[in-house]
Amino acid sequence: MASIARKTAVLLPIFVFLAALPLLAAYLDNPYLLSLFSRILIFAIAAVSLDLLLGYGGLVSLGHAAFVGVGAYTVGILFHHTTIGEPLLGIFAGSENALITLPLAVLAAAGFALVIGAMCLRTSGMHFIMITLAFAQMLYYTAIGLEQYGGDDGLPLYARNTFPGLDTNNDLSFYYLCLVSLLLILFLAHRMVHSRFGLIIRGASHNPDRIQTLGVNPYTHRLVCFVIAGAGAGLAGALLANQSTYISPGLFHWTLSGELMVMVLLGGLGTLFGPVLGAAAFLLLEEVLAMYTEHWMFYLGPVLVVVVIFARKGLYGLLIGSGKNHD
Amino acid sequence: MNKLLIILAAGLFLAGHAMAQDPVKIGMITTLSTKAGYLGEDIRDGFRLAMEMENGHLGGIPVELLVEDDEAKPGKGIQISERFIKSDRVTILTGVVFSNVAVAVVPRAIREDVTFLSANAAPSNLAGKDCHPNYFSVSYQNDNPDEVVGRYVTAVGHKSVYLLAPNYPAGRDHLAGFKRYYEGEITRELYTKLDQSDYAAEIADIRAANPEAVFFFLPGGMGINFLKQYAQSGLSEVIPVYGPAFSFDERILQAVGPAALGVKNGSHWTHDLDNEANIEFVAAYQKAYGRMPTLYASQGYDTARLIGSALKAVEGDMSDRDRFRAALRKADFASTRGTFAFGSNQHPVNDWYIREVVQAEDGSYTNRTLKKIFTDHVDAYAAECSM
Amino acid sequence: MLLVIEQVLNGLQLGITLFLMSAGLTLVFGIMRVINLAHGSFYMIGAYVGATVTSASGSFLLGILAALGAAGLAGILVECIVLRHLYDREHLTQVLATFGLILFFNELTRMIWGRQPLFMDVPPWLAGSIEILPGLTYPSYRIAVIAVGMLVALLLWFLLARTRLGMRIRAGASNREMIAALGVNIKILYTLVFGLGTLLAGLAGVMAGPILAVESGMGESILILTFVVIVIGGIGSIRGAVIGALLVGMVDTLGRAFLPALFRLFLPGAHADGAAASLAAISIYMLMAAILLWRPRGLFPA
Repeated sequence: MASIARKTAVLLPIFVFLAALPLLAAYLDNPYLLSLFSRILIFAIAAVSLDLLLGYGGLVSLGHAAFVGVGAYTVGILFHHTTIGEPLLGIFAGSENALITLPLAVLAAAGFALVIGAMCLRTSGMHFIMITLAFAQMLYYTAIGLEQYGGDDGLPLYARNTFPGLDTNNDLSFYYLCLVSLLLILFLAHRMVHSRFGLIIRGASHNPDRIQTLGVNPYTHRLVCFVIAGAGAGLAGALLANQSTYISPGLFHWTLSGELMVMVLLGGLGTLFGPVLGAAAFLLLEEVLAMYTEHWMFYLGPVLVVVVIFARKGLYGLLIGSGKNHD
Repeated sequence: MNKLLIILAAGLFLAGHAMAQDPVKIGMITTLSTKAGYLGEDIRDGFRLAMEMENGHLGGIPVELLVEDDEAKPGKGIQISERFIKSDRVTILTGVVFSNVAVAVVPRAIREDVTFLSANAAPSNLAGKDCHPNYFSVSYQNDNPDEVVGRYVTAVGHKSVYLLAPNYPAGRDHLAGFKRYYEGEITRELYTKLDQSDYAAEIADIRAANPEAVFFFLPGGMGINFLKQYAQSGLSEVIPVYGPAFSFDERILQAVGPAALGVKNGSHWTHDLDNEANIEFVAAYQKAYGRMPTLYASQGYDTARLIGSALKAVEGDMSDRDRFRAALRKADFASTRGTFAFGSNQHPVNDWYIREVVQAEDGSYTNRTLKKIFTDHVDAYAAECSM
Repeated sequence: MLLVIEQVLNGLQLGITLFLMSAGLTLVFGIMRVINLAHGSFYMIGAYVGATVTSASGSFLLGILAALGAAGLAGILVECIVLRHLYDREHLTQVLATFGLILFFNELTRMIWGRQPLFMDVPPWLAGSIEILPGLTYPSYRIAVIAVGMLVALLLWFLLARTRLGMRIRAGASNREMIAALGVNIKILYTLVFGLGTLLAGLAGVMAGPILAVESGMGESILILTFVVIVIGGIGSIRGAVIGALLVGMVDTLGRAFLPALFRLFLPGAHADGAAASLAAISIYMLMAAILLWRPRGLFPA
């Protein structure tokens, strides 16, 4: 644990930077920085939740975007019903209050994760990768078929959800809302990973038989982990819908799942803060490459391959050093 | 790491502000990657051609064009529009290829008082109930290219038509456009999976249903697949197909080959339209890029010329946006379509034609204007617009 | 009835194409334990090179040969440069590295061939249709695709079951250490197997060229279906790939063909069409989920 000082030395400035970013944006007179970093924070939430599965649970899900999509569509659908004034299922008038929509989005994503996870976790390895992908694709095509919510065109929201005491349509307040959400998720994930539950999850990914002989059923624990990860992605989706004031079936697409995986691995698998770095690095890289060349994918692809093959511990490992690993 | 972020942040800032403040900045959000990348390429090249013909000016005013790829994703489109508006401070946006990207980008842009000129996508809501003084369509309204075919197919005398489109809102809109002007019987209205590649099952169904004609809206690769497979099935000799111009542009046609020969399709522009602006455009485009322009290129070019006419009228002064919009509404430029005016909903009012796919002397495939069907056609949603 | 037969043939033809794709992928997974998301890129390479050579030389057969060569060669290069580093790594690493390869190859084709789709036609000697039953004509080219696919399946079976190389491949699949201990150069064996897999993908691509649009990104639409096939069939099993491919081909084609009519019996027209189209789109994923819930390791676990 000698690296605590080093961790602090690295992480503290980053958090200070994130907290002070609005000042930088104001100084540079560039409000776009706020939108960009709001997106980074939101994707960081999704990536941290995915890391619970990939890094800690050893469960390679290629369908994590499904829960981002469910979260976003919950917000979008609730908003839509308040605008058209026609109750959802004839009973619920819909809502544009973030204190209602965000928890509902998280619950909906958790519910989907419970059902999907219960089925997927019966398989393992490559089969697990593919069946999670299959469920995400089913939701993707279902979203395309949801004609009353725009089908393939998606649905624009004409304003962000309201939040008591906060003007969410102001990019500055919204940025801090995202930052607080991310810190909350990091805190919860930290508590979870270091609890007895977290130990079992990690143990089950390394040696399922031993966990089984201890009289613990890894299936239930994995399912709980899957649901928690799904809920986190749901929150990210709900925030994303608000940030871009738009939802579309693309949020369910497997390429988004792939990008989230890239963020986790780029930042550092099985580290809580790594995915945050990964999300920032990926989105900034995309942004900068796209500015200099039309053919940015031609460069991003090989960069990915090299990072994945050679930088095993990701950016977090590079910064913190190999002093301590999660296991 | 945070140093790096600051450098990156500063880089973003500099990239946006390094240029002198003088030229009017125009942001082009368009699709350059994915399967549909050539659509955006043609819009961009058409637009750039107009700028190059004036040495980087439009209407005598220096302009700077920022182009970025939206990957045909609405989310990406929003992201780029945010950067263009907030970081680069553009006042004019254009370029979007796909309706779903337009539906996402336009409401935000026009709220920020940015003028959006569509060079392709024109979904029905923006022509009707959601019309806005800051939104202009230079291309068409989505249903128009189908309406003209509907009228033509009725005139030809086909008594029954089989309809085919992908299962998404634009697919339904296009078929609705056809049905608005078609008076015969609809044999069947079949919706296929988006991005489907094999149409053997649908073609077998068409054979069994035995309609007098087939009308399809399958943009991009889907249309290529369908036309090739339809010709291979031998049905094309028995049951003729019709479609809007989207599956018959000069770049798709080279990929479809002889399978499309003789197919009639609806469009507002063809390279053989006989007017001065068009002759100049087609020659310059071929010289600059070595290929035949498509309707997308013509729309990009027209958009640039329209912007030029308005910039000239306000002498490059973008501070009074009302004056700029009023200048745009006059549409005081020589369109490659010949006649061009804006209707009450700021969508084009122009002529529509039926054209036929033919083989050119050099062996390439192209279109030939056959017949004018509509004169000064107004779209169906103009009445719903309260402007 | 004739319509049903025709749709079954269509399903068969899709199934055969899927088989060519999945055979390579399942071999690679069975032997090297590598998940290769970039398999669709070799399909695309086959189609692009095939289309280019065919239109330059005017000979379809030359186009096929070039496509096979290009896809096989590209496969060998990718194996030597990238895949080799992934054999002992987690699935996650493999998924991401090959995801990176997809981005690279898609952009590369756009840079080399430009953004518009390429043209490739059916060769004149396969144009037209054949009357296979009274009143039922079917395009000759599609019959040829079915025939070639079946022939390849037979050859593959012969290669694996009857030749020395096949024996080594099978041995490598069941016990890697053993075969290395027996003095077989496992590195070269891996390269050969990977090259064979990509060559088959290239064959599938060039044969699809005259039917489908040859465009950047064409590999991904078929890639996902291919994964569905091998997961259903049981990863690493050629027999599973055959059955899985036919199953997916049939369910997808017949679903698209007959669901709309079926739904129209219960629902009003417009609703029926929309619902049927949505259900047809997800039918194969439902099939896969159902099979995995019933047999979590696929139909023929290797």
